[in-house]
Amino acid sequence: MSKSNIPQFLVHSPEDNVGVVVVEDLKAGTKMLGVITENDTTIHVTAKHDIPIGHKIALKDLKEGDTVIKYGEDVGRMTGGAKTGEHVHVHNHRTKRW
Amino acid sequence: MATKTSATKKSKSSADGSNLSFWGWRRENGRVGVRNHVIILPLDDLSNAACEAVANNIKGTMALPHHYGRLQFGEDLELHFRTLIGAGSNPNVAAVVVIGIEDGWTDRVVKGIAKTGKPVIGFGIEGHGDIATIAKASYKAKEFVQWASELKREECDISELWVSTKCGESDTTTGLGSCPTVGNMYDKLIPKGIYGVFGETSEITGAEHICVKRAATPEIGEKWMKTFQAYQAEVIEANKVDDLSESQPTKGNIAGGLSSIEEKALGNLEKIGRKCTFIDVLKPAETPAKGAGLYYMDTSSAAAECVTLMAAGGYVVHTFPTGQGNIIGNPIVPVIKISANPKTLRTMPEHIDVDVTGILRREMTLDTAGDALIDMIVRTSNGRLTAAEALGHREFVMTKLYRSA
Repeated sequence: MSKSNIPQFLVHSPEDNVGVVVVEDLKAGTKMLGVITENDTTIHVTAKHDIPIGHKIALKDLKEGDTVIKYGEDVGRMTGGAKTGEHVHVHNHRTKRW
Repeated sequence: MATKTSATKKSKSSADGSNLSFWGWRRENGRVGVRNHVIILPLDDLSNAACEAVANNIKGTMALPHHYGRLQFGEDLELHFRTLIGAGSNPNVAAVVVIGIEDGWTDRVVKGIAKTGKPVIGFGIEGHGDIATIAKASYKAKEFVQWASELKREECDISELWVSTKCGESDTTTGLGSCPTVGNMYDKLIPKGIYGVFGETSEITGAEHICVKRAATPEIGEKWMKTFQAYQAEVIEANKVDDLSESQPTKGNIAGGLSSIEEKALGNLEKIGRKCTFIDVLKPAETPAKGAGLYYMDTSSAAAECVTLMAAGGYVVHTFPTGQGNIIGNPIVPVIKISANPKTLRTMPEHIDVDVTGILRREMTLDTAGDALIDMIVRTSNGRLTAAEALGHREFVMTKLYRSA
């Protein structure tokens, strides 16, 4: 597989509103190739932040109180906003459980 | 989309073989081990020094020091005995010398291990002192290790293998790569008749609605849900002071991109694959008694505690997905590390046994990754030292349910 086909982010389910960056040193402004693993479809999102490998990006504009969906499931709530392509992490995402 | 490599084809042939087998030691009770340890097992914290002295005197033996065993009572004491007797009874152990501060509880551990039929003897320190005890125990340990060194491996069907799993220092790559690799392995080997086990009761939080549906019957599901709810009430809710962020998920999990327990739990549960159902819910360190299949064990999510409990349950090989690079091992059970995180493979490759980073690049399918893991399980069972074994990781950690009397 040529390097240009290697995705910069992966998404578990088509229902998810976040994806996971899977390459190191991702810089803001990168037009990213993403793959939804459940159905093997590709999507494109432009990174708005430098995002470390393993960290999440918003796939749509999320606001405080929104439910974060990953694996097609509820994985907590937004405690701040994140626009498409921005970093979603503990500064704006927390558990609903504990 | 996946690219097949020559290494892939090699592992495929063994994983697809209908008579997949390994070379192990058949013990007196019929169970098969993949290691041949002679262990010097302390009943209590006070006896660690004598055990370590014996292991230093007699090469090829190994002490299993730990921190507890005094003034415990009730279920906490039962768990202590179950863990020690289980560790000594594990088929990876050929023979055992038990040393305790006094004879009574030492003898209880000896009698428990003796039910397997393997050589075991106990020594109490009181009335003799460390030096005389170390001398007597050393003579016996020498006899045991020379006897064990002549035991031969025999070829065994894969169905005789008991394979446990627990992940650690997870990140988002474990849910994408290394955990579903373990799941793929279970989907292939559970139908071949192996025993499997998963646990980590706090770390199902947010995925319990999925886990409960993977019970083989509604009754087993109900038993599992009671176990899950008791952990929530008695451990988490009774003691928490915040949302547990930085403890569960850990600081390392957060550094790796996880930001809630629900997200971590859904990745964790990928380890049981797509098809397996679990056939019973075990207490910590309990030995499965319902035949071959996948079990759930009620454990904490701390790596060394959980692997120690599963080893005490009788499991002989452990599969351990990691994202950020958990380095844990176990003294008696080989712990196979699987990682999909390219940064971890770049910065600390000496800790990883199975590299599944190709999954993130979409160059490796889960089917291929599962076959590579099965290949490594067989090689490890045949004697290949895991990264953790070669690096000397021997974490043996007792689970303590509450303070001693």
